[in-house]
Amino acid sequence: MMDKVLEAKNITRYFEDPIRFKVLNDVSFSIERGQFVSIIGKSGSGKSTLLYVLSTMDTDYEGELWLDGLKTTGKSGNELARIRNEKIGFVFQFHYLLAEFNVLHNVMLPGIKLGKHSKQELEHKAMEHLKTLDVADQALKSPNQLSGGQKQRIAIARALINDPVIIMGDEPTGNLDKKNSDIVFDKFKELASAGKQTMMVVTHDAEFANRTDRIIEMEDGRILDTSTKIVV
Amino acid sequence: MNFRLILDISIKLLFARFKQTIVAGVGVTFGIAMFIALISFMTGLNDLLDGLILNRTPHVRLYNEIQASEIQPIEGSDDYYNAQNFVHSIKPKNSKKELRNVSAIIEALRADARVIDVAPKVSAPVFYNTGNIEIAGIVNGIEIASEEKLFHFSNYVIKGQISDLTNVSNSIFLGKGVAQKMMVDIGDVVQITGAKGQTSLLKVVGIVQLGLADLDNTISYADIRTTQTILGEGPSYITDLQVKLYDIESAPMVAKEFKYKFELDAIDIQTANAQFETGSSVRTIISYSVGVTLLIVAGFGIYNILNMLIYEKMDSIAILKATGFSGLDVKSIFILLSMIIGVAGGILGLLFGYVLSEVINHLPFETEALPTIKTFPVQFNPVYYIIGITFALITTFIAGWFPAKKAASIDPVIIIRGK
Repeated sequence: MMDKVLEAKNITRYFEDPIRFKVLNDVSFSIERGQFVSIIGKSGSGKSTLLYVLSTMDTDYEGELWLDGLKTTGKSGNELARIRNEKIGFVFQFHYLLAEFNVLHNVMLPGIKLGKHSKQELEHKAMEHLKTLDVADQALKSPNQLSGGQKQRIAIARALINDPVIIMGDEPTGNLDKKNSDIVFDKFKELASAGKQTMMVVTHDAEFANRTDRIIEMEDGRILDTSTKIVV
Repeated sequence: MNFRLILDISIKLLFARFKQTIVAGVGVTFGIAMFIALISFMTGLNDLLDGLILNRTPHVRLYNEIQASEIQPIEGSDDYYNAQNFVHSIKPKNSKKELRNVSAIIEALRADARVIDVAPKVSAPVFYNTGNIEIAGIVNGIEIASEEKLFHFSNYVIKGQISDLTNVSNSIFLGKGVAQKMMVDIGDVVQITGAKGQTSLLKVVGIVQLGLADLDNTISYADIRTTQTILGEGPSYITDLQVKLYDIESAPMVAKEFKYKFELDAIDIQTANAQFETGSSVRTIISYSVGVTLLIVAGFGIYNILNMLIYEKMDSIAILKATGFSGLDVKSIFILLSMIIGVAGGILGLLFGYVLSEVINHLPFETEALPTIKTFPVQFNPVYYIIGITFALITTFIAGWFPAKKAASIDPVIIIRGK
């Protein structure tokens, strides 16, 4: 049996506003360690909602969620914050770097919060990640001085700082042009193959999805297909 | 919780809106400074005004009241034993104002542990003679050492040395108004007629100003012996015993006790001056309410700035929460931010408050009532500074609490999805 990093059991999620509406309908699936998974679907299919439930930020669902062998359903906000800090790396469509801190400090922040490593170790780790992402020379700049592609790569470095069991992406290339988009995808691919990093990315970019290990397609809050690749 | 990290983020956010932060801090500074200056000045003024009465008034005064005898002769008669009597048109008995056995009473009072000291006094109604005119007045015969000890007599002396009252025989300190009317000054000799018609020549060695025109126009001070001579009485003639106690609050009880013990009339300071405490407490209430109002206004300033900051930094808060900062962490960040403004503004406020108090303390303030006071009275009391900084911390904590609570409850999903 393969090592399950993430397992969703019968996840159902309602939106109450404006009327009670089932966004996720009995979604069950699991992701194994080292897999590079993409979730695709039309807008309104519930893929982003699923991601936020899986990310533990949204707790208002029915069903069970297991992360790295640990049941996260029913845990308190503080416990979930700790779990996110330690086990999940996020890359969003928007970079969400803090303008008040320089690039290096931005990358280090979740690490300092976790408090597992000393500041020197974190700095070293952060620089290593920035180097792999080819933005090491920007380390001491303010995020405002960087291009969109650079910012997104720094956001990836930040996601990696605590060696998470899974990286979750929400349209990570959505705001980027073709060239930067390719760079970001290559980095994801590299991470997935080399470091055995588990990854789950929500995207509506079919080309992006096609190059991942596995595609989960969603429609009307249900998973259509969880294993095969589709060609669009 | 990683305090260093939280503090670091707070400071970074604070510098992100530096101008507004300064404005909020200045609000606190202003509030505290005004509070300190106001309360120090008001208390200084209170002490001064209370002192006007407290310093001059004995805590307990022992004297003989002119009154009718409580026991009329008929009540002593065996013929009318157990009968009702009605006596009309009773006149006061012909008792002297003199206190009997006064040296023994003074000795007993000085031995009493509750008593600071006793100042004996002879009050003599007199006429000041100048040319053909006679001015009615009162000469107070005092024992200068105890009078100075208990009532700070020298505070009211505008000319002359108090020691001259005992060193120069037949000397007198005239009230300012009396001296003006008689057109005399130090070194001149005035003629005074006592109630029984005997005349004395006294040398003016000083001028006093009590600050109340009525008193300054009538009252003079002389040594107790000199006054006894004016009245033609012996050295045991004392009309008042002025007692000061260590505990002013016990005055009413002590007065009652002395009244029975020494068989004299006794009046305590609270009964004699019931109104003065009211003024003091009203002034204190006003100072505190103005100070607290200023601080609350400053608190609203901080509240506004933080609310703005939170709206502006929604994204940052969302990503902090997404990457593992708990609601408590976020709350701490904003409360800390508010407290930094409060502490910095508060400490500056204490400094400015002190400076402002010093300035007030040096402003000229001349009053007829207090010839020795030249500047506005200010009380420097560390307690006000402690109260001030405590208020500042409490206000900024509360002002920070509500926005911080809001920040803590921000749902990162809504922010991130909304982009």
